[in-house]
Amino acid sequence: MIAELGAFALMLALALSGLQTVLSVLARIRHSAPLRGAGEGAAAGAFLAVAVAFAALMYAFVTSDFSVANVAANSHTDKPLLYKVAGVWGSHEGSMLLWCLALTGFGAAVALAGRNLPAGLKALVLATQGTLGLLFIGYTALASNPFMRLADPPVEGASLNPILQDPFLAIHPPFLYSGYVGFSVVFSFAVAALIEGRVDAAWARWVRPWTLAAWSFLTVGITLGSFWAYYELGWGGWWFWDPVENASFMPWLIGTALLHSAVVTEKRGALAGWTVFLALAAFTFSMLGAFLVRSGVLTSVHAFAVDPTRGVLLLIILGLASGSAFALFAWRAPKLAPGGLFAPVSREGALVLNNLFLAAATATVALGTLYPLIRQALTGEAISVGGPYFALTFAPLMCACLVLVPAGPLLAWKRGDLVGLAERLWAAALASLAVGIGAWLFIKPERMLAPLGLMLGGWLILGALSEVAARVRLGSAPLAEVGRRLKGLPRGSWGTTLAHMGLGVFVLGACFETAWKSESVQTLALGQSLKVAAFTLTLHDIRSVPGPNYEAERGFISVRWPGGVSEITPERRFYPAQRQTTSQVAIEPHGASDLYVVLGERREVAGKPVWLVRAYWNPWARMIFGGPLLMALGGLISLSDRRLRLAAGARAERSVGTAVPEPAE
Amino acid sequence: MPLLPKSKKARRRLMVVAVAAPIVAAAAGLSLFAMGDAAVFFYSPSEAQTKHVPPDKLIRIGGLVQPGSVRKLADGRIEFAITDNRAVSQVSFRGDLPDLFREGQGVVTQGSFDRSGVFEAREVLAKHDEKYMPKEVADALKKSGEWNRGGTGS
Repeated sequence: MIAELGAFALMLALALSGLQTVLSVLARIRHSAPLRGAGEGAAAGAFLAVAVAFAALMYAFVTSDFSVANVAANSHTDKPLLYKVAGVWGSHEGSMLLWCLALTGFGAAVALAGRNLPAGLKALVLATQGTLGLLFIGYTALASNPFMRLADPPVEGASLNPILQDPFLAIHPPFLYSGYVGFSVVFSFAVAALIEGRVDAAWARWVRPWTLAAWSFLTVGITLGSFWAYYELGWGGWWFWDPVENASFMPWLIGTALLHSAVVTEKRGALAGWTVFLALAAFTFSMLGAFLVRSGVLTSVHAFAVDPTRGVLLLIILGLASGSAFALFAWRAPKLAPGGLFAPVSREGALVLNNLFLAAATATVALGTLYPLIRQALTGEAISVGGPYFALTFAPLMCACLVLVPAGPLLAWKRGDLVGLAERLWAAALASLAVGIGAWLFIKPERMLAPLGLMLGGWLILGALSEVAARVRLGSAPLAEVGRRLKGLPRGSWGTTLAHMGLGVFVLGACFETAWKSESVQTLALGQSLKVAAFTLTLHDIRSVPGPNYEAERGFISVRWPGGVSEITPERRFYPAQRQTTSQVAIEPHGASDLYVVLGERREVAGKPVWLVRAYWNPWARMIFGGPLLMALGGLISLSDRRLRLAAGARAERSVGTAVPEPAE
Repeated sequence: MPLLPKSKKARRRLMVVAVAAPIVAAAAGLSLFAMGDAAVFFYSPSEAQTKHVPPDKLIRIGGLVQPGSVRKLADGRIEFAITDNRAVSQVSFRGDLPDLFREGQGVVTQGSFDRSGVFEAREVLAKHDEKYMPKEVADALKKSGEWNRGGTGS
């Protein structure tokens, strides 16, 4: 019964989304407040209906109702509760439902929270959001319905792929999807602005919080996914330039560009067309990601195995939504207010440069991801484009972009001055140069580029701190004044500082880990040991340990290093439901660094059992994941800035021409 | 004749182009260069044989792990054979095999042939769901007419 209720709620959500579109369009045409209210009500109703459907599916998973096909294919009675819940979005159908939940959730949030939006714009945003809802809920209900029943229910389910049974993987899709789908709001805002024919500072100010929220969620989602790959796949790597990873990375890059260009549109009224273009592109890349992951054109751990017809349907949805939005853009964008003039050396100049680099970097990632697919479709020749391609293309572009990051916030709007900039940044420049030279002299990198990377990381962190120092007049004003200024700094600027520092932390961690990690692989009999970095690992026992839905072979390995002793217990787990084995990596953190040990399979040598043990020393690895979390935190702190909410209403009626440029902040 | 246009707007446009062009050109140039250099071709064992892939060129070979061919040596090296049921490539690999590696199942390896014709794998990828085969392997098997396994790899 519950499953039927879910299926019914899904159809209801489909109808309500349609109603939301029709009512909102009518409200816009007739300027009718009651119709508008009805449209908002429909948006809230659509969200509630999807939420009911989602709860129904979760109920089916938790109670292991194997008469529901999706539950039978992805769940198992022995599975721990967390993974039963996570199983809801572990499959293609369920994750589409999560996508719809986020989509209608954002629609409802605009309907309920956007009180100070101009009535016409809001109605159009809701109409666009409703159309997207219609497309995606329609796709879910008609082509990927998670509530299909089985005529002949099995006694036991097929369970979830064991490598997906992991707490981090369980929680990362909700973040990822909130990020992907969060860009739908920005997309709707862009479409609405194009129809209204007005993109101004106020519009940019409304778009910014949604972009910030989506971007922060996406950052957390990608980081959690990367952390999962780091410790679950057992290769010690954290980013593989896997097409599915790229699919999540491209909307992130575009979202980052959008965050920065929206600031220019907000403060200076410039770049309006470009900002709208990015707003459309961000969600287009989100949908492209959904298509790549679900169409079966890729093979990847993250990809869902689904049949190609569903992929074609998704491609049609992508074509319809983005095609019509970009056609609208081509038609209406030339009529948008032209941007103001600005000097090359200025805050907006730096932000334009940032956007150019980010856009170019996104293009190289898109090319590397899509070219093999296109080439295979055309010539039938299979090629793969991996790390080396991205190291040659993405990395130099991004490095050039990162060098500019500390300069941006220190330049004034309209007309910056290079001398002043140099005065504020020379200390940071010298210090990071010292970091680079020190790294090169004292810790002897194996790769020449590593000290440059460390220099860049130091430059980002110190540059961000210099910006705070310059703002509070550290060194030139009395301490009391500095304290007062420090308190008075808006949250938005703390957010920027934190995000840029997080970027620096990430760059430091990534470069250090890549250049100085060490690895050791050996087959060990009981009592034998291996050495990695300063650690001596001795395998002293292997025991079988039963798990909830697996049998584990647990290795007991003692670790000795100059400063102490400890014991770690990596495992190999065998899941009888799928007859599949996974490795449970043992990770022992030492400060920001990780000792990472994998227990391999058992072999026989001269009649004695030996185990393949792989040990990695990953120095500063935690910073790779800590940095992006700092960035997301920066995004959330910016989001909590009261100016974003209070001033939006006050500035609503101000148009581009009269927008007073604010002093540099 | 002054080189720069007179109107402020045209000058600004020119400046934007002057800044954007090198970045776009660098991105395009790097991409083309890297694509020629870093793209790795995928072959089935029979294609690898007929195309005479030169030694030390980084390629991928995919197919089925030939049942009974896996030998685990004491020094940690693993030898196995990949087949598309028409030709066989001998593979040597040092390291731990992915959890999904099984005899008779699909696998993709990346590496290069050595002078004696043994494929030295640097990576063994079997990171797909066990329900289905790597797409390249399925395509290669279809191409060689050996695809009659009902769409599954098991």
